[in-house]
Amino acid sequence: MKTCLVVDDSKVIRKVARHILETLNFTVREAGDGREALDACLTDSPDVVLLDWNMPVMSGMDFLRALKESGISEKPKVVFCTTENGMAYIRAAIEAGADEYVMKPFDRETLQSKLQIVGVA
Amino acid sequence: MMPPGPPTFASAGATNVIGALLEQRTGQQIAANRAWRVETALKPVLRDHGLETLDQLVGRLAGERNGPLADAVVNALLNQETSFFRDAGVIETVVEAARALQAETPGRRLRIWSAGCSVGQEPYSLAMLFEELAVSRGFAMPEIVATDVCPSALARARAGRYSQFEIQRGLPVRRMVTWFDSIDGEWVVRPELARRVQFRCHNLTRDPAPIGKFDIVLCRNVLLYFASAVRRSVFDTLRSATREGGLLVLGAGETVIGQTDAFRPSERFRGFYQADGGQPAPARVSVR
Repeated sequence: MKTCLVVDDSKVIRKVARHILETLNFTVREAGDGREALDACLTDSPDVVLLDWNMPVMSGMDFLRALKESGISEKPKVVFCTTENGMAYIRAAIEAGADEYVMKPFDRETLQSKLQIVGVA
Repeated sequence: MMPPGPPTFASAGATNVIGALLEQRTGQQIAANRAWRVETALKPVLRDHGLETLDQLVGRLAGERNGPLADAVVNALLNQETSFFRDAGVIETVVEAARALQAETPGRRLRIWSAGCSVGQEPYSLAMLFEELAVSRGFAMPEIVATDVCPSALARARAGRYSQFEIQRGLPVRRMVTWFDSIDGEWVVRPELARRVQFRCHNLTRDPAPIGKFDIVLCRNVLLYFASAVRRSVFDTLRSATREGGLLVLGAGETVIGQTDAFRPSERFRGFYQADGGQPAPARVSVR
């Protein structure tokens, strides 16, 4: 079973994502901000991180930069999942090293499709 | 607008009349196990025309069998489910096959027919890959012809405008930002990609194949909606459009085996079918 770390400050979004991911046979872990997510990755790296953009403590972009600099040997795939749907945001995420990008709102088919594209589903 | 009311009731007679209209216009049949879909698919049509039941709709259709209401019914019943890079492995194999065919006939421009293209994701997916191949390896851009029986689907395909949900299904984000612009909440295909695909209205059960021979014909998830006699005739039409040695690509649940001798399984490209042997005369079939 692949593991997905859902990083979002919204409990509702985490719950929705967890539900979808579990139907896709993922083991799901959760983090409420980038800092928690980074700690989780350093402790036990997941296969993929589903990452919100705007969060308290540490944003999605700051998490991505910190992950890059962490020296972690097996970096997870990173899929942004955010309401920031403008082209400039998407390009910035790609340049920062995101593997894929999901624009909210999303559905099961969208998420499954993106996870297939990054090779974890 | 009609207020929400009790569920509509579809009599068997109404479903039969609507099914006959669809078959007359497109050759497609409503399978018994999908009859439930008729009512769901037609709810927006009922609402838009102030009707409450399918029986009322059939009554209205009796007076305007060829009018805009009939067009709306047929359009609503056609399954337009598709996505970018649907069955991505198949799309990649199409490109691999195109490279092999091009290598055998250098200097000739390949032709590809996407039959039953719905709202355009399949031909645009191919166009993206071939454009990228043209840049990275100097591959000659094939001519891509895309057809569908549904005028409203074709209009959407030509416009190349996709919702947030449509654009995200199957399309990697890097290709999305390369080939699409975000305009007024929709994602619009860029002109340099749009001009690579020629869209045409075409009824596989009635119209002769597009002029000229194609090297690769994709007709995925279309034939399953036809009765077997119609399907055989469509195979002949597809064969008449395929160059000797050219390839036919069907949907995952579709096959030529036991249905036509016009194609045989390709030995080189798994899951594809090769045109060879005698070529049948271009066929048409009456579905009345």
